[in-house]
Amino acid sequence: MAANSAAGTAPAKGLRAWLNKRLPIDEFIASQLRGYYAPKNFNIWYFFGSLALLVLVLQLATGIFLAMFYKPGEATSFDSVQFIMREVPWGWLLRYLHSTGASFFFIVVYLHMFRALLYGSYRAPRELLWLIGMLVYLTLMAEAFMGYVLPWGNMSFWGAQVIVNLFGTVPLIGPDLTLWIRGDYSIADATLNRFFSLHVSALPLALLLLVLLHLVALRTTGSNNPDGIEIKEKLGPDGHPLDGIPFHPYYTVKDLVGVGSFLVVFAIVVFFVPTFGGLFLESPNFEPANALSTPPDITPVWYFTPYYAILRAVPNKELGALLMGLSLASYLFLPWLDRSPVKSMRYKGWLSRTALALFAVSCLVLGYLGLQPPQGVYVVLARIFMVLYFAFFWLMPIYSRIDRVKPVPERVVYHAH
Amino acid sequence: MRTEPGERTGPRGLARAARCARVLALAALLAAGLASPGVPAAEEAGDRYGADWESWRADTTVADTASVQRGARYFVSYCLGCHSLKYERWSRLGSDLGIPPDVLANQLLPPGDKPADYITSAMPDADAEAWFGKAPPDLSLMARARGKDYLYRYLMTFYVDPNSQTGANNLALPSSAMPAVLSELEGLKSAVYRQVGQPGANGTVTHEQVFDHFETIAPGRLTPAEYQQFVRDTVNFLDYVGEPDQLLRRALGVWVVLFLLVFTWLAWLVKREYWKDVH
Repeated sequence: MAANSAAGTAPAKGLRAWLNKRLPIDEFIASQLRGYYAPKNFNIWYFFGSLALLVLVLQLATGIFLAMFYKPGEATSFDSVQFIMREVPWGWLLRYLHSTGASFFFIVVYLHMFRALLYGSYRAPRELLWLIGMLVYLTLMAEAFMGYVLPWGNMSFWGAQVIVNLFGTVPLIGPDLTLWIRGDYSIADATLNRFFSLHVSALPLALLLLVLLHLVALRTTGSNNPDGIEIKEKLGPDGHPLDGIPFHPYYTVKDLVGVGSFLVVFAIVVFFVPTFGGLFLESPNFEPANALSTPPDITPVWYFTPYYAILRAVPNKELGALLMGLSLASYLFLPWLDRSPVKSMRYKGWLSRTALALFAVSCLVLGYLGLQPPQGVYVVLARIFMVLYFAFFWLMPIYSRIDRVKPVPERVVYHAH
Repeated sequence: MRTEPGERTGPRGLARAARCARVLALAALLAAGLASPGVPAAEEAGDRYGADWESWRADTTVADTASVQRGARYFVSYCLGCHSLKYERWSRLGSDLGIPPDVLANQLLPPGDKPADYITSAMPDADAEAWFGKAPPDLSLMARARGKDYLYRYLMTFYVDPNSQTGANNLALPSSAMPAVLSELEGLKSAVYRQVGQPGANGTVTHEQVFDHFETIAPGRLTPAEYQQFVRDTVNFLDYVGEPDQLLRRALGVWVVLFLLVFTWLAWLVKREYWKDVH
């Protein structure tokens, strides 16, 4: 009964003992929850990992029920979504939870990523944790895009047209590649059905697998913290990190506060502003897909608009697509671009802080510009902020090295309340 | 609602459209006997009525059930001849708006339709295309696609235009294929333009016609204030049809958010208790 002694509880009897002989339930709780030591100085930024998991579960749960009533197909998709909204009991709630969940998934993931940039969570020994996280992000983008096409509104249709055409810029195989993705010469019934299949099976499975790997990698290296100090280097007499506390119960109860706060904001959007002024559910998508009627401005949903602004910032389509690809790929090199002797922004100097601030502003401004028509001053601004966006990554080897850093304390900074 | 000028709507089509409009006007008279619009908040037409049309707002709320009920009646009398609400069932309309089944059956349901049927227009799409150049769109989701302010401005800015196929034009949707079927209620108005000089290249000035205001040609059966309320009620009804569960959604939301606030507060108390031994 090693499992029980590790958890510090009396040997289990009855059903629990019967179960544990066959499935290592107690051992799992002991090693992964009670026995996993996390730094005690987590702040508000550390809520977003568990919240991303919560939204993933929410999307799976609501998606399962939506798929019971949704009928993929050019002639049926739009009508079946209206059937869900009007005639399926609580269908409107399921649909709004799912559509709002999609946007909040990205809000949470973006804040989670920003946390990693803030405290150097991508740095050694967590390079693979960061790379797996980026794969989660890319898979999520594909999942969200295909889900967005399914209601078969007019913006779904034209947005899909634009995004699939991006693959046409790939040298040599471009045209064949777009044909292969669409399964037809334009976005059509075949496209809609394969997007449905990928959206409900392949991509969610990939997401679950990648999230599992992300968590396994996290448990292997241990969590970073706002001070960027490795707590494993200072162990107490019991062999546990001096600055660590068991994940359960300390962080399970703390995350519960995060979950509650998040759900308050989430519920306010779901119940009072589900379209979020046309950002989460766009007005043109309340008209069915129409190949003969182009919406006045084709824009993707807000979570793709920074990349969309970069795509349109240059007059050349191929170059634009290349820059867009590079803007995503840049994240993958981050662990090796940062040459600072310290991890956390708390101890980095003004150069790194300014670079990160400019990067955050660039993402927001590019996100706004991606929603505007590509004309006049918008294009000029998109070019300026695109340069700032790339400068954050590709000048990092220089500014992170010459930056004047502060001394890092021996132990994490924590003030008990 | 857009049409390509001059193609399908020939003189014959025009005559049929006019006949259709007459039928609608007759229906209007009948409906007006059933319910005349309540007295609205009077809005003075002013000297230059319509000059600020782009900032007009519907100012409606779906919580005003009486307004939505009136709108339903107007829709059946004036719009259903051409426009469907194909995602809404008659029975749903009745139960949501508190219309008793016998009133629904006697006053709203078209002959031959059952309460469980969807609200569809009797006009075949092929005829509609021949008459108007384009089948009139289904209006179930129009309030969500275009917004209720747009619908309000659309119904308020029809004006006489001899150059148009239908004899009317619209500010919110120029070259709209829809005839001014509500002119019987609203009356006729014309658009007055003013010339605006635009300095062009080489010191030349190009003159542009810009809409200035409306002028009444002939009064309708309703006063301007009554017509405005008529439009508001109709738009309010379309807002309801756009999302029939919206009142339930907001009412439920209050309780969900209150529950979550209490939950979060309790979670915070538990957290504070546990974290007392972290130093």
